[in-house]
Amino acid sequence: MGTDLRLDSVSATMILVITGIGALIHVYAIGYMAGDPRYGRFFSYMNLFVFFMLMLVLGANYLVLYLGWEGVGLCSYLLIGFWSDVPANAEAAKKAFITTRIGDTLMLVGLALIVFRFGTLDFEAVFGAAGTVLTKDAATAIALLLFAGAIGKSAQVPLHVWLPDAMAGPTPVSALIHAATMVTAGVYLVVRSHVLFELSGVALTVVLVVGVVTAVFAATCAVAQQDIKRVLAYSTISQLGFMFMAAGMRAYGVAMFFLVAHAFYKALLFLGAGSVIHGMHDEQDLRRMGGLRRLLPITFATFLVGALAQAGIPPLAGFFAKDAVLEVAQHTGRAAVYALGSIAAFLSAFYLGRVLFLTFFGEPRSDRARDAHEAPPVLWVPLAVLAVGAATAGWLTLTPEGRLTGFLEGITGPTPAGQGVAVAALAAVATVISLVALASTWWIYGSGRVDWVGFRERLEPLPRAALNGWYVDRAYDTALVQPAKAGAWITAYVLDARIIDGAVNAIGGGVKLLADGGRHLQTGFVRSYALAVFLGAVTILVYVGVRS
Amino acid sequence: MIPTPALEFRPILPEILLCTFAIVGMLYEAFARRPDPVPHLAIAIVGIGPAAVTAYALWDWSGPSYVLGDTVAVDRFSVVSRFVLLGAAFVGCLYYTHYASRDPGSFRGEFYPLTLFATAGMTLITAANDLIVIFLALELLSLSLYVLTGITGRRRASEAAMKYFLLGAFSSAFFLYGVAMAYGAATSTKIVGVAAPGIVQALAGQTGSQALALLAMALLVVGFAFKVSAAPFHMWTPDVYQGAPTPVVAFMGAATKVAAFFALIRVFDVGLQPLTWDWTPVIYGLAVVSIVVGSVVAIAQRDVKRLLAYSSIAHAGFILTGLTAANSTGIGAAMFYLVAYAVVTLGAFGIVMLVSARGEEQTSLDAYAGLARRSPGLAALMTVFLLSLGGIPPTAGFIAKVTVFSAAIGAGNWPLAVVGVVASVVAAYFYVRVIVYMYMREPAEGIESDDGVMPRIAAGVLAAGIVVLGIFPGILTGILEPASIVRW
Repeated sequence: MGTDLRLDSVSATMILVITGIGALIHVYAIGYMAGDPRYGRFFSYMNLFVFFMLMLVLGANYLVLYLGWEGVGLCSYLLIGFWSDVPANAEAAKKAFITTRIGDTLMLVGLALIVFRFGTLDFEAVFGAAGTVLTKDAATAIALLLFAGAIGKSAQVPLHVWLPDAMAGPTPVSALIHAATMVTAGVYLVVRSHVLFELSGVALTVVLVVGVVTAVFAATCAVAQQDIKRVLAYSTISQLGFMFMAAGMRAYGVAMFFLVAHAFYKALLFLGAGSVIHGMHDEQDLRRMGGLRRLLPITFATFLVGALAQAGIPPLAGFFAKDAVLEVAQHTGRAAVYALGSIAAFLSAFYLGRVLFLTFFGEPRSDRARDAHEAPPVLWVPLAVLAVGAATAGWLTLTPEGRLTGFLEGITGPTPAGQGVAVAALAAVATVISLVALASTWWIYGSGRVDWVGFRERLEPLPRAALNGWYVDRAYDTALVQPAKAGAWITAYVLDARIIDGAVNAIGGGVKLLADGGRHLQTGFVRSYALAVFLGAVTILVYVGVRS
Repeated sequence: MIPTPALEFRPILPEILLCTFAIVGMLYEAFARRPDPVPHLAIAIVGIGPAAVTAYALWDWSGPSYVLGDTVAVDRFSVVSRFVLLGAAFVGCLYYTHYASRDPGSFRGEFYPLTLFATAGMTLITAANDLIVIFLALELLSLSLYVLTGITGRRRASEAAMKYFLLGAFSSAFFLYGVAMAYGAATSTKIVGVAAPGIVQALAGQTGSQALALLAMALLVVGFAFKVSAAPFHMWTPDVYQGAPTPVVAFMGAATKVAAFFALIRVFDVGLQPLTWDWTPVIYGLAVVSIVVGSVVAIAQRDVKRLLAYSSIAHAGFILTGLTAANSTGIGAAMFYLVAYAVVTLGAFGIVMLVSARGEEQTSLDAYAGLARRSPGLAALMTVFLLSLGGIPPTAGFIAKVTVFSAAIGAGNWPLAVVGVVASVVAAYFYVRVIVYMYMREPAEGIESDDGVMPRIAAGVLAAGIVVLGIFPGILTGILEPASIVRW
């Protein structure tokens, strides 16, 4: 074991996503970051990120994976806080780093357990021996600890709170790190370690439950967001939930396929949002947008492709990806998963329709919206390329030879099959759900017949709660952060400053007093010195007398 | 026919040479029209160098172990002490030559003969096998030092010399009384007797009076404790260190401690070895008191010479700590400590002398403020010496402390080691405070550093030695190991 690298179908798929989409985002960033005083630093961070991300997916053992894992976390921290002169950005960076650290620490414990059990971190060796070395409970412990790392990195419930705040970073960062690549590292980890997860049925169930809960939960939050990037952030969390859903049902190939498709359309959506923000001079609030399709036609067209792709309109990528997940759920007899997945799919079409109509349709609702301008080619060319990808990536599953899942089978194993409703019927139902969602958003936000501001107010307090992520942040703050801060305050300013320092200072002061006292014994008179000698001699003689 | 004792003078050739050239120096001082420091220095070096050579010749001595009627021992133990003492005398003479050159009015040529006489007394005391000879040597070195202390004739120096003399006489009386008691107990003043039973044989055979022997032990302890400035017999030390000219203090501080401790080791670990269980508790108590008093009271000092005086009291305690282990480990540790301490003391007082270019007035801490900016070399050297005094690696002082503590712990005296370590923490405060003054304070106004080259080279060599010994202590322990006076 050492710094071994390994290129197989899974890592090959990952590096194509990382370098392919990464390259487009870098081109986009050339335009987006132009004029930033720390332009060079931005790109060095970005490239450092790509380096670590490639290490993560190319490592042939958990050690190299962990190196990349921590490295991308560092770059994420640096890039979220890139504009750290705004204190909120620095706060967001800290939050992201610390929250993911919780998962990372548990994951490290998991890696330590692997070392204890196997004496190695090498993938081949661990997976080869897992069946004989691990008991079911040991496998559960290891798999769950690894999954804790995935929860942190992929912003799954309950460690999802950092990702919406991470939108403080520049938009290319959100697209590359917080949509297309780094946050999918958790999915990669589960897929890569699926042997361990399968040894423990419990762990797979946990993955499935977390995925389903996250997919629905984050989708409800996304519906109520007013900031275009926060909508996309919650959307990303929800979509990552779909990937874990697939992995939890042993459909690892489907999870990877979803990952690839999502990378295309989510990067496209983020970059499109960036183009809108750029065109509106850093305005991110949906309520001040409107009617931008005339001023930003290219951005509109590409964003439309991305939104429809995620909403699940055939033949765009998201349709195939989402459908594959729901199909596995239905065919393996998981009706609840299928139902909840469909609800999440409905919500995801709904919130994207909402963004679409609030941003590009209707009348401009602010001066900035009226003065918006289209992006330069350096921004829209990557958008166009990504739009082609988002439109066509789903076809990877169409032909038998081109099936991505088949390509991955050597590592992931076959996608579980079963009996159920015909694929075409499922596709039709899913398409109808998406169309209904989009139609209702058109009716509410696009038709002009509904007072959507008043509509929202009538629904209070639900929208406010969803806007605040159902107050999970506030609960964490009350239950964990404030007590921890209070404890830290007590140790720092009472225990350390008063009691420990106080004791130390008291000792110091005492010694000093003693020294001053001793100095006064030194009178300078020979007679007192002689007395000291005499008394010393007497003391020793008394001792000798007692002794004999 | 009356048997004539075989007189073997080679073992005391170093002392003979020292005294001879001391007399030559006195004659030069008396008859030269204008006595100059340089010829004096030359005469002293001519005495010291051959004395060292003749001492070295004793390293592989194959003759009898005790010569001149069993009054002088010939062993490697005394060769080591002679080398250290002669080195200290050489550095002291070097310092004084420079010291005199910057204030020709205060030059006293008597310094050199007195230093040589004192050195002769010191080297003899470490080789003496007879309490009477020890006493004679003790008086020789003491009287020389009393005069050296007051040699400038300044008020403060004279006062210090007077105090030193009165208290020294007082303690000598204790010592002499102890010698008498020892004779009463053993009917001999020889430590080891060859022709007739000496003290050790008498005590081991329990032929003498146990009570008298204990009394002798107590009184001898007082005499030695005064010389090594162990508390509570230390009171003279700060006044003398502060009052005496710095070159004298450098020599006296380094050499007296070495000589007195080597003699103490011979008397107690060899002569009073049968009483080991009686005298180790006394040494133990003296060690505790010395360490605590020296380390604590030093905190209140604002005069660097006084500070170093209290430091020397604490160091006496640390050396006694090693001696509570009455075996070759403890003695080896004490010897290592003494060598390291002598080197550091010579170096530190050399810097004290150079910090101010004029007279004796600038020994307050304030004179060290900003020394690093005024003369970075001096500050760097002083830092090395202070770190060694504080026992911080990579200096010899660190190794020395480790060895005495581990010797004490090995003998089961771990509470003493705890006291020593805690006191070292306290002591770090005042050593580091000087460093803080040198590096982090604004330079004091109107003080010029002495730019003397020769003392600087000497201090530099000493500092290098401290660091080398701190990293490669084996160089010294390899020499000290075969020189230990006991084999258990």
